Amino acid sequence: MRWEETVVEEATADKEDTSAPETVVQSSVPQPKDDFQEELVIRPLHSGDIYASFQFRTLWETDFMRGNKVSHYRLFPKSLGQVISKFSVRELHISFTQGYWRTMQWGQPFLPSPPGAELWVWFQDSVTDVDGTWKELTNVLSGIFCASLNFIDSTNTVQPSASFKPLGIGNVTDHRFLRYATLPREIVCTENLTPWKKLLPCGSKAGLAVLLKSEKLFHSSFHSQAVHIRPVCQDWQCKTTSWELRQTLNVVFDLHTPGQGKLEWSLFKMFSRTLTEACPLASSSKIYIDITDDPQGEQFEVSPATHLLSQAMVLGDRRTFSVYDLTQQITFGTVRSLNLLIRWKSSEGYIHYQPSKDRVRPHLLEMLVQLPPNSVTEVTVQFERALLKWTEYTPDPNHGFYVGSSVISSLVPSIVAMDTNSTREQPLFSSFFPCKEESSYFMRVYTEPLLVNLPTPDFSMPYNVICLTCTVVAVGYGSLYNLLTRSFQIEEPSPGLAKRIANIIRKMRGVPPL
Amino acid sequence: MAAPLTLLLLVAVTVRAALYRSSLADLISERVEVVSPLTAWKRVVEGLALLDLGVSPYSGDVFHETPLIIYLFHFLVDYAEITFMLADVITAVALYLSVKDYNKQVFRKQKYALEADRYPLDCLELIRSPKEMQYIPLKVAMFYLLNPFTILSCVAKSTCGLNNAVIALFVLSTIKGNVLLSAIFLSLATYQSIYPLTLCAAALLYLLQRQYIPVNLRRFSFWWFVAQYAFMYLGSLFVIVGLSFFLLGSWDFLPSVYGFILSVPDLTPNIGLFWYFFAEMFEHFRLFFLCVFQINVFFYTVPLSIKLKEHPVFLIFMQLAVISIFKSYPTVGDIALYMAFLPVWSHLHRFLRNIFLVSCVLLACSALFPVLWHLWIYAGSANSNFYYAITLLFNVAQILLVSDYFYAFLRREHHLSHGLYLKRKDGSEATLVLK
Repeated sequence: MRWEETVVEEATADKEDTSAPETVVQSSVPQPKDDFQEELVIRPLHSGDIYASFQFRTLWETDFMRGNKVSHYRLFPKSLGQVISKFSVRELHISFTQGYWRTMQWGQPFLPSPPGAELWVWFQDSVTDVDGTWKELTNVLSGIFCASLNFIDSTNTVQPSASFKPLGIGNVTDHRFLRYATLPREIVCTENLTPWKKLLPCGSKAGLAVLLKSEKLFHSSFHSQAVHIRPVCQDWQCKTTSWELRQTLNVVFDLHTPGQGKLEWSLFKMFSRTLTEACPLASSSKIYIDITDDPQGEQFEVSPATHLLSQAMVLGDRRTFSVYDLTQQITFGTVRSLNLLIRWKSSEGYIHYQPSKDRVRPHLLEMLVQLPPNSVTEVTVQFERALLKWTEYTPDPNHGFYVGSSVISSLVPSIVAMDTNSTREQPLFSSFFPCKEESSYFMRVYTEPLLVNLPTPDFSMPYNVICLTCTVVAVGYGSLYNLLTRSFQIEEPSPGLAKRIANIIRKMRGVPPL
Repeated sequence: MAAPLTLLLLVAVTVRAALYRSSLADLISERVEVVSPLTAWKRVVEGLALLDLGVSPYSGDVFHETPLIIYLFHFLVDYAEITFMLADVITAVALYLSVKDYNKQVFRKQKYALEADRYPLDCLELIRSPKEMQYIPLKVAMFYLLNPFTILSCVAKSTCGLNNAVIALFVLSTIKGNVLLSAIFLSLATYQSIYPLTLCAAALLYLLQRQYIPVNLRRFSFWWFVAQYAFMYLGSLFVIVGLSFFLLGSWDFLPSVYGFILSVPDLTPNIGLFWYFFAEMFEHFRLFFLCVFQINVFFYTVPLSIKLKEHPVFLIFMQLAVISIFKSYPTVGDIALYMAFLPVWSHLHRFLRNIFLVSCVLLACSALFPVLWHLWIYAGSANSNFYYAITLLFNVAQILLVSDYFYAFLRREHHLSHGLYLKRKDGSEATLVLK
């Protein structure tokens, strides 16, 4: 695309303006007048969610801090340019967030934002009525973003005096020109996303913005879109400044299906679209995938594979990224579309369980587990001990019964590289476990044994128990025997003792009885 | 009759559902009086989990139920509560229908006997009337469903409920006269726990009576029928055992299920007589007393069959009672089954001698079981003898109950043939004794 510069009204010929071509000539890389870069960073989170962060940066080389009026816009959106010039805005930061960022589970975001809407603006020192300008600015912005920012008034505006220092260049510290307002009740929806997408040079037609489909973006745990405008230096000498517009969109997807754990992520699954080309207006269009937690590719694999790697310092931490460069045709391969796939390698773990048999063998439970860092894992086993026969108890049964210690064996990463050469002379205390790898050492931990006080039978009772139980069985037997073998008869009263003796004598004599 | 039965079923299901939802369900399923190592639901779940893990459920000492139960619950484990409630409902309905049919036959026989003038004149008050017999089936269903023992057993999801359902279906098919179904259900009941084998004699006697085949060992028709029944019974038993083999692919369920029932290795306390006896047994005599106790269960079959050959349904009741008292791992669910039959013999109440004592003892023991268990295991202030004593007392009370009903039954039969008001030789009122 050819760019023609129209006449620009300049109030004064500035030294910096005339020296601008010199800086261009001196730097080794020719700087384009307007620059648009887009990037997407995908970071798999520990909790199984996935964090995608879009950043679209437009550099607009113009300088109307002196009050110049510009009427030509190429990549920079006209609505925002007019806002900056009309309201003499020096820095503008606005964000719309749905959901709350869970730091404990997700770590730190690249660009934090509070739930709801947040707007903070540094005005230039040429503004006389800051509050009036602030009111008009909020009304205009609410029209641009289709949000109810017009509810921002003196009841929710503050002038922070210590924080919210300017993020761009400038050494102005007069806090009379800073205004900060937040609307926690603001809900983010498609109506806010559409005008936000319109601010991009390629719109939502090409490049990474193609992925921004509202039905998927709002079906997430966290969604935040923001616009940041600030003046930046064009080069390291900072002879000229240009405006930087950053549009960022952070979203955390939670695509868990219960019971299946982590499966696989793909661009299609997250955004229901794939990429076919970079934005033609972009000078750089890249996708970064954070592989710091899995440098060797053991936990997840990314396909299609890429050889480009880059490292960056993020929030005090050096992180490694796999890079996909969308300006190169080879990234899209033969299918002309890029659908990144992140598949978690199933670390199912291995469980070996051998149940016990009474008086033959004990329980054995072996588990191969991958523990996530900074976490607590609890393993509980419910077991019952059988009541033993009285001869099987030890002489001191009231001491209790021991359950042996559990054993944890693991390979722990080592900070210092170790020597794997076992033939070298080493002291005894450091050479017990064979060292097979340089970067990890073997460790075994034993837990405490468990002493369980179990109920015991009464050891003095075997004979009594046998007698009593056999008595009960005999009661049963006797009652049933009686009823089974005898029949009902009428009872005849038996004669008295004298008569009975007389009957016996009579029987002996052979005389009929009485 | 359908409406009160339906109402009763609704009430029973509501009570069980309410208990399932409460926190008592977990408490009850841990009680040793309600679940045994054979019937515990926790062990069924463990068996299913072992099967999922690829290990045979019988490789450990946890699971002792039959493979068909694993197969059944493989599909129904999410609907376990409904399954057990349904089993209770099936048992109650089966008992209801069988007792209704039995009452009709009793009344018909009585009518023939009256017409044939076989009863002495003064025992007319012993004759049963339809009015008195009308509500007995409903009472039987109520005795089963609303018995606290049954409710506890159902809420604990003890597989005893399924055993009871199979036995109740066996009773129903026997009383209806269906020989094949009776053999199939009996083989299923035997397959689950060996002891219902003793019900074979009762079923045979009843079916012979129903088909008017006289019980005469010299007649061919008797042996032919016995052979038919035995063939059907053994055939279905083999089919079921073979099916179990093919389900799990190995025979190791045989020692785990039947070897476990017969050799009693697990001495967990329960309400029976075996546990403490074998916990305190001298090693030398263990096998001897094991055989004695197991034979004790099967031993009463022949004498009872001879004595009660005219009354096979009472024989079923007696056999069920003997099994429930003397089996190796009894639970309260087994007791509930034979107690459900008690309303059928409610006309014997005038001859029962110990009923007040027995019911008091049963109630007191049921209340004392959890108390003494807590004192022994948790508080540590009692010892095992306390729980054992209550066990003994409970079993003595059950034996007295059963023998009391037996006495009353025999006495009524005697009166029906010899007259109610008996006189001695000198004309004064006589007392009957067993001699």
